[in-house]
Amino acid sequence: MKQYDVIVVGGGHAGVEAALAAGRMGAKTGLVTFRKDDLGVMSCNPAFGGLGKGHLVREIDALDGAMGRASDYAAIQYRLLNRSKGPAVQGPRVQADRVRYRDAIRHIVAEAPNVDVIEAEVTALELEGGRVVGVRIGDDSALLAKAVVLTTGTFLGGKVFIGDRSFPAGRMGNAASTVLAQQLRGLGLPMGRLKTGTPPRLRSSSIDWDMLETQPGDDIPAYMSFLTNHTIAPQIACAITHTNPETHQIVRENLSRSAMYGGQIEGVGPRYCPSIEDKITRFADKDSHQIFLEPEGLDSDTVYPNGISTSLPAEVQEAYVRTIRGLQNVEILQPGYAIEYDYLDPRALDLSLQLSALPGLFLAGQINGTTGYEEAGAQGLVAGLNAACMAFDREPLHLSRADSYIGVMIDDLTARGVSEPYRMFTSRAEYRLSLRADNADQRLTPLGQTLGCIGDGRRVAFEEKNGRLQSARAKLTAKTFTPGQLRNAGYKISEDGTRRTALELLGLPGFGFDVLETLEPDFKTIDEDTRAQLGREMIYAAYLTRQESQIASLRADEARAIPDGIDYSAINGLSRELADKLSRSKPKSIAQAGRIDGMTPAALVLILARIQAVGRRESA
Amino acid sequence: MDTIFALASARGKSGVSVIRISGTRAHDVARAMAGSLPPLRQATLRMLRNEAGERLDSALVLTFAKGASFTGEDVAELMVHGSMATVAAVERCLAVDHGLRLAQPGEFTRRALDNGIMDLTQVEALSDLLEAETESQRRQALRILDGAIGRVVGVWRRHLVKAAALVETAIDFVEEDVGNFDTQILAELRAVEGGVQSELAGQRARERIQSGFEVALIGPVNAGKSSLLNALAGRDAAIISDVAGTTRDVLEVRMDVGGFAVTFLDTAGLRDTTEEVEAIGIARGKARAEQADLRIILHPADQPAMMIETTDRDLVVRSKADINAMPNGISAHTGQGVDRLLDQITERLSAMTARDGVTVRERHQQAMQQAATALTDAIDKIAEGDYIAELVAADIRIAINALDVLIGVVDVEDVLGDIFSSFCIGK
Repeated sequence: MKQYDVIVVGGGHAGVEAALAAGRMGAKTGLVTFRKDDLGVMSCNPAFGGLGKGHLVREIDALDGAMGRASDYAAIQYRLLNRSKGPAVQGPRVQADRVRYRDAIRHIVAEAPNVDVIEAEVTALELEGGRVVGVRIGDDSALLAKAVVLTTGTFLGGKVFIGDRSFPAGRMGNAASTVLAQQLRGLGLPMGRLKTGTPPRLRSSSIDWDMLETQPGDDIPAYMSFLTNHTIAPQIACAITHTNPETHQIVRENLSRSAMYGGQIEGVGPRYCPSIEDKITRFADKDSHQIFLEPEGLDSDTVYPNGISTSLPAEVQEAYVRTIRGLQNVEILQPGYAIEYDYLDPRALDLSLQLSALPGLFLAGQINGTTGYEEAGAQGLVAGLNAACMAFDREPLHLSRADSYIGVMIDDLTARGVSEPYRMFTSRAEYRLSLRADNADQRLTPLGQTLGCIGDGRRVAFEEKNGRLQSARAKLTAKTFTPGQLRNAGYKISEDGTRRTALELLGLPGFGFDVLETLEPDFKTIDEDTRAQLGREMIYAAYLTRQESQIASLRADEARAIPDGIDYSAINGLSRELADKLSRSKPKSIAQAGRIDGMTPAALVLILARIQAVGRRESA
Repeated sequence: MDTIFALASARGKSGVSVIRISGTRAHDVARAMAGSLPPLRQATLRMLRNEAGERLDSALVLTFAKGASFTGEDVAELMVHGSMATVAAVERCLAVDHGLRLAQPGEFTRRALDNGIMDLTQVEALSDLLEAETESQRRQALRILDGAIGRVVGVWRRHLVKAAALVETAIDFVEEDVGNFDTQILAELRAVEGGVQSELAGQRARERIQSGFEVALIGPVNAGKSSLLNALAGRDAAIISDVAGTTRDVLEVRMDVGGFAVTFLDTAGLRDTTEEVEAIGIARGKARAEQADLRIILHPADQPAMMIETTDRDLVVRSKADINAMPNGISAHTGQGVDRLLDQITERLSAMTARDGVTVRERHQQAMQQAATALTDAIDKIAEGDYIAELVAADIRIAINALDVLIGVVDVEDVLGDIFSSFCIGK
């Protein structure tokens, strides 16, 4: 019988980040997966990052996770979304070569300290005294651990649908984890079903690329990892095409044969990633939808047509795809399918992603109702770190809405649960002006250093970069100018008698580094990267100052913890509806309670009063 | 929770005084005092007695059940004759004989809040109701209790959610070919900005309903301002004499005029003077009159020419009409024209408050001011073109958060919900 500090179940994006993070913390970690070859497999679209998601990748990277570096290794096209907008809402995104990504992850896992990969099916959780103490694997042996991270993705109770056909599977070509699903269901945990869809995969050589509009990558790539400084793989272009009325006609005529529309699927799909069936039904007035043709790799003959996920029968898929410009003679390599799977209501989790009712068990990824590699990886990272913290009997890591997108996501999940697969958007982050992709390292790497999950390579690189930033900031703050001085130097400035620091000037229109250099030649020594970073910070300076007090009160509310097991039904005056909602979502703090739908100030006062009453009783 | 009581109507001499008892023992105690209780919610005459069996007063007794009362608890209300002695005797009986606790200020309301009977806006409006000195204050407070705030600002909310959704679509779903919404965003924002600004414009008059209007009496020395004040007040509030310049400082008398709380300001008569104290009084009077909601300029019947510059907001009246028989003048001595003057004042004040505004409290004004500023910022940025979308989004968020005080929370899910129902998002 083998004893680990941490066992991670599942080798997808959540599982890999969880195992690597626990390993970086020094925990002896076992990563159990069906097949070693499946580590780092991208089962959906061949891309990482984007809006909100790019932020998550940078944050994972800032805590020394693998996703950023692996996706840079695999990147065959870089695009910074929203380049024309401000830095807070720019999202780095790459098209990733599937093979290269998997190779990169396998390499990182192989090199990782303290991580054993175990090829097996986990059939059960080992329970003892109301705690999870390990897992039982296929050969009926047990692996013991102080903490277990479950990252089962769509494998838990997974069921694939193509038209009227359906069969249990974790993804196409992989068995589902039905035994484990049964055990979890038996534990009486709050569970539900979600679904997601994939488009048919197309043979690249059967596409008429010449007649299509192409979409090249950026000339100056924005890398996913703070550690990457050059483009690694050859770069390619994607192409864009559109559906047309003929396509819609075929889909419409066959709607009843779609698994999603024929009623075979009970799970809820995401509104922001509708199937082609959904698009045509819900937006009947639109006669064309955009499709991105994304190559799955440099040497791959497979193309992922982003925008037409479906669960229609294979022959209908072929018929409608061939109505699309450039795809007249296309060959489908693998039909699109819908997959329905179990998730566990994430309100049952605490902020460290541990299941409150079952100490020792951490959950990450799609099992918590999220979708996307980045969301999964970020949760895996947090679950892995906290599993290690538990193994070492240390305080858990709780990220805040004020410090990261990861904090926003975990707070959303644990406080509000999900009604559809949860995906990150920048609009979910109320403090997005300060939570930028470009400063993820500034926000999180120091935290990671304190925690002990930052490797030497990153530590050195970060400290060097941070040193340059701090010294530039100090230089720019030390030097001040009166309006008179600026006017004499030939620059326009309001004559309000205010002495301004060079840093403040940087936030004003017309004061770039070119101007600052003429005022103080010493500024010439500040390097380009540092200049860019400081410039980005100053765009939002006025707004960030205003947000400070809000952030302070958020942190105060986050610090007002609501004790576990508070009986909301016993709070006099709390409506039944609200008491029910509170009991279900189990807010961990007044901040979370305040965001519960339908929460009233009066009710918050009541809860606050109740916490205070409990506190008084306990201290009395 | 212990059972509390307090005088629920204004303390002092009045026709009827209401003593409210709230808590688990409210009905028992009321029964002990009244002998028996009428059915819930039926006011019935009962003789109240103390524990020694002595009669306290014959009173209307009214009870409400837990969950259907002002505080959400069992409530009894005793409507007794409004003499201080009677109220004191009943209060003593409740406290001494029955051991109930006198409520802290606002404690009924707090219990109502704690019991989920009302939200904070309602609690605030209610505190106004309790303090309402006049009919118009009550009407306004009732309007809020009725949820009028929610209705007006609810429209703004819809515009703001739409505007936020459009801006966020352009940020978060830039990959979708959804187009440019600047014109629509501007329209949504301007609609709210206009509404907020016009609410703010109506604020001053409505605040006056809360705090009362100021009406200044001005005029030359010996025009009879102080006499008029006394006639209005029905008492000798001001010292009057035939000696010109008797009134030195600004004198205030507060009273009810046609349902409005009005503070009349008696000011020093205007004349050139070398006397230092009088000169200060005149300057002070002028300054106060400038800020008053209404100026009543007294033009004595025995003086031919008007010496004071008047504006639209002034009421000019001929005073001392008894000396120089003037049919439309007023006389503080005979009372001639005083009622008509009060009617004219009421009419003017009604006109000022005619705008059907719905927001009252200072915090509402601050919230709207903050929202208006943020909306203007957003509108200016878009109108200038080539704007930074996330800063416009931040402005809209500030406006939405500011108005939260009035209407509750607008959540990212509200915004996303609008986006996904309006656009076909998703690759």
